[in-house]
Amino acid sequence: MCLGVPGRIVEIHGFAATVDFFGVRRTVRLDVVDEPVSAGDYILNHVGFAIRRIPEEEIGETLALYEQLLREAESDIMAADVRGEIEAGRKDTGGSE
Amino acid sequence: MTDQASAELKFRDPSRARELTRALAHVVRSLGRAPVSVMHVCGSHEQAIAKFGLRAAFPRELDVIMGPGCPVCITDVPEVDEAVVLAKQGVRIATYGDMLRVPGTVESLADTRAKGARVDVVYSVAHAVELARQSTDDVVFFASGFETTAVATAAVLLRDPPSNFSVLSAHKYIPPVMEIVAEMPETRVEGFLAAGHAATITGWGIFEPFVERHRLPVVVAGFEPLDILAGLVSLVDVIREGVPRVVNAYPRCVTREGNRAAQEKLWSVFRPVGGRWRGIAHVPNGNLRLKDEWGHFDARKRFDIDLSSLWDHAPATLTQECICGDIMAGISSPSDCRLFGIECVPEKPVGACMVSSEGTCKIWHQYGGHPDRMGVLA
Repeated sequence: MCLGVPGRIVEIHGFAATVDFFGVRRTVRLDVVDEPVSAGDYILNHVGFAIRRIPEEEIGETLALYEQLLREAESDIMAADVRGEIEAGRKDTGGSE
Repeated sequence: MTDQASAELKFRDPSRARELTRALAHVVRSLGRAPVSVMHVCGSHEQAIAKFGLRAAFPRELDVIMGPGCPVCITDVPEVDEAVVLAKQGVRIATYGDMLRVPGTVESLADTRAKGARVDVVYSVAHAVELARQSTDDVVFFASGFETTAVATAAVLLRDPPSNFSVLSAHKYIPPVMEIVAEMPETRVEGFLAAGHAATITGWGIFEPFVERHRLPVVVAGFEPLDILAGLVSLVDVIREGVPRVVNAYPRCVTREGNRAAQEKLWSVFRPVGGRWRGIAHVPNGNLRLKDEWGHFDARKRFDIDLSSLWDHAPATLTQECICGDIMAGISSPSDCRLFGIECVPEKPVGACMVSSEGTCKIWHQYGGHPDRMGVLA
């Protein structure tokens, strides 16, 4: 989906990073991110790849949309897409269904 | 959705929302005609428009149409067939979840899997590569998505994947299909709203040749209700001015150049070729295929995919009545479809637009069937 999901980089290992998405930790590749990132930075994730570093001044505004969506009912498809992006590939499930 | 959540989101800046709604009505009415039709090409835009009931906040004269913005939906039947045939031949397939239930000529990948074929759902192409690393069997990644998603596929190929990994590309490239829609004799589209996050990678400059050729404006917009309203105000304003150009209404995320490094990766692995988009048309340069130098990772070159083995079976009659193609071309809407919500429902989809969470039919079905008639919070 186009929307992507924002997350905070916990730790960088080579060309991948452990990223925290609203409490769920996942590995995200850094191959195509638009500028250098370090731990603590927020990135926008699309299919397991960071596509953009979110500038500090935009973090609050960006997270607000997702925090609202995550309060929605399970059946809401926009919220379900966001949850799917967060849950799919979480580290403790081994990365795929 | 709860009223409270939608109210909070929609009215995080209520005075701005009122201001934009008024500005949109004003600029649309200043054109003095109806309908004024614009198209967006992004499932997330349609989700946001339908979810937050934005169509009810649009002036009646404005028609906001979802175009071919769902990559799963426009994956052509023979592309699904290729994956099905490979799976039947015993090749392990990995693909994104939405691709499982997309109908092929005879069956979907979900059907093939139910009969015992190995089909894995992965969230990322990186996971498909991991599956290949953990095995000696061939793993084919059935790749869908627009250029933004193709960048990820390119990135894994550039990182030395194992030799038992290959890609069956159904990736699509958005700018050429905008040209097709613009050239359709029955089109009513006077301008496009482009998806903000895709433009993060491609840059807004990618739309300049299109604007030059077709004299239709393009406005890049974000996904929040206010971003969409602001994008539409800007788009109708450019239509009113009569001097088509690209406007970046999402400058906090999108630049003219975009993400150059990502673009280099994309075009070092893929080349645009002509091909069919399901139900729409042959789109010159609309498909992204692996370049010849990546042939050893191209499933179409590595395997003999015999589609004729499937095509002896006639397609189901209901599928022939599906109007997904006209819906994605912006000529019809789901409510024009005889099957919508009756024979074609998310639990038992007839067409691809009811399969994907980014498909117009599934979105409309979820949010009440007629999003334009939904009430809005005052």
